[in-house]
Amino acid sequence: MAATALKCRECTTEYALEARYVCEKCFGPLEVAYSEPDVHDVAELRRKIQGGPQNIWRYADFLPLESGQPGSASRNSTAGGLPAGCTPLIRADRLAERLGLREVWVKNDAANPTHSFKDRVVSVASARAKELGFTTLACASTGNLANAVAAQAAALGLPSYVFIPSDLEEQKILATGVYGTNVVAIRGNYDDVNRLCVELSGEREGWAFVNVNMRPYYAEGSKTLAYEIAEQLGWSAPDRVVAPIASGSLFVKIDKGFAEWRELGLITGDRPVFNGAQAVGCNPVAHAFELGRDFCQPVKPDTIAKSLAIGNPADGPYALDVARATSGSIEQVTDEEIRQGIRLLAETTGVFTETAGGTTTATLAKLAAQGAIDPDERVVLVITGDGLKTLDAVRDSFAVHTIEPTYEAFQAEFAQDADGTDRPRRTATSAGAAV
Amino acid sequence: MAVKVKLPTQLRAVAGGEGEIQVEGETVGAVLDALYAAHGELRDRIADDDGSLRRFVNVYVNGDDIRFGDGLKTPVAAGAEVQILPAVAGG
Repeated sequence: MAATALKCRECTTEYALEARYVCEKCFGPLEVAYSEPDVHDVAELRRKIQGGPQNIWRYADFLPLESGQPGSASRNSTAGGLPAGCTPLIRADRLAERLGLREVWVKNDAANPTHSFKDRVVSVASARAKELGFTTLACASTGNLANAVAAQAAALGLPSYVFIPSDLEEQKILATGVYGTNVVAIRGNYDDVNRLCVELSGEREGWAFVNVNMRPYYAEGSKTLAYEIAEQLGWSAPDRVVAPIASGSLFVKIDKGFAEWRELGLITGDRPVFNGAQAVGCNPVAHAFELGRDFCQPVKPDTIAKSLAIGNPADGPYALDVARATSGSIEQVTDEEIRQGIRLLAETTGVFTETAGGTTTATLAKLAAQGAIDPDERVVLVITGDGLKTLDAVRDSFAVHTIEPTYEAFQAEFAQDADGTDRPRRTATSAGAAV
Repeated sequence: MAVKVKLPTQLRAVAGGEGEIQVEGETVGAVLDALYAAHGELRDRIADDDGSLRRFVNVYVNGDDIRFGDGLKTPVAAGAEVQILPAVAGG
């Protein structure tokens, strides 16, 4: 499957595989087009993938790079940037039990180099940017992407500029600046940041804005989430995928990844049902879904799920298509439900996710409570980022037992019943801060 | 009353290579009509047959998306800046 062109999703006009993202005729989005796959031996292709590196470059045949995986790589090592992917797929029986479901899997994409799925898309965009001769990386970000671009640029030895809303979580700003990038905090929301970056990408010709002029390549990186899930489930598609929606790109590309592999006969199973997760405080796609519209009215975001706070989602119309075509839905949950979602996932799986993952977990819980999920379904919950980046969301949500360093003090705090069960004797006195 | 219109790089080829154009108009719709009068090919690129904006075109007045205002009827004050940009970016 070799990339052949950039093709407009709306009017099908084709362009060369350059740094462009928008159709000059109709302003529609450009997407990478590939040659017809020429696969005769599916088992051989599976073996080739399994023998590939332990990162997304094992799927290089399905990604839009001219020279395949960047740098030299063996199965266990890679040279050519910060390797992303091959994150755990965890069977979550205790979460399933709490929700009255039978089979739930957590795809923990917080286990990437900068702790979010953005390392996948940045790997592809930056590799393509290098092929095209760009010397500077840049992005418009709600935080996670800034982390990923700054780190990847450091790994590749390229200068970088990351543009973020100035009210971002401190953890995300600190975890970005450390890589030596130029952090540009914009007085405005993400949509203001994005507007500036679209303008800048037209003026700074040597800059690869990973999610603007490199967006067609960048977006393809999200397909690797579907490939991995399918490979980890023994070359089969799950019945249902629950994933967050910010711009909608991730949601649409996970569907595309499964579709490509189903068409090749690489995996078994039907097209999964897709449920999207948004916050009530930034719900343009969920709102359009409810109203039966095929377009999104932009909103001004106001939610703790800052990584999902895109009020003007570029791929909103396509996310709506995917949800409707698969008999899925796009849901919205409150900030309180998001906090509860973070706790639910942490307490039942040991995975501490950020607010986006809380949104996604809360959406799964909501669908399960509504009876929208057949208990026999195999469900995959896509967790896109790490809880350490949004610590405020769990602050004061539990108690810490602060005691003197004596046995008596411990005994006073934690009684033990006659049957040997440990039990706190009295309510903890200090409210738990997570730090 | 003059208004500055900023064009994205994708539209400059059909606007004589210009990135900024001064036109007259008191609403976004009137500003765009003045723009089309100056550069006829622009209409086809950003508007549908019925004159409404294409789905993937964003228009801003002084940085505010006109969908938060009154769409094409959004008023444009003298000296304001109208910016046209592709919608399919970011995320």
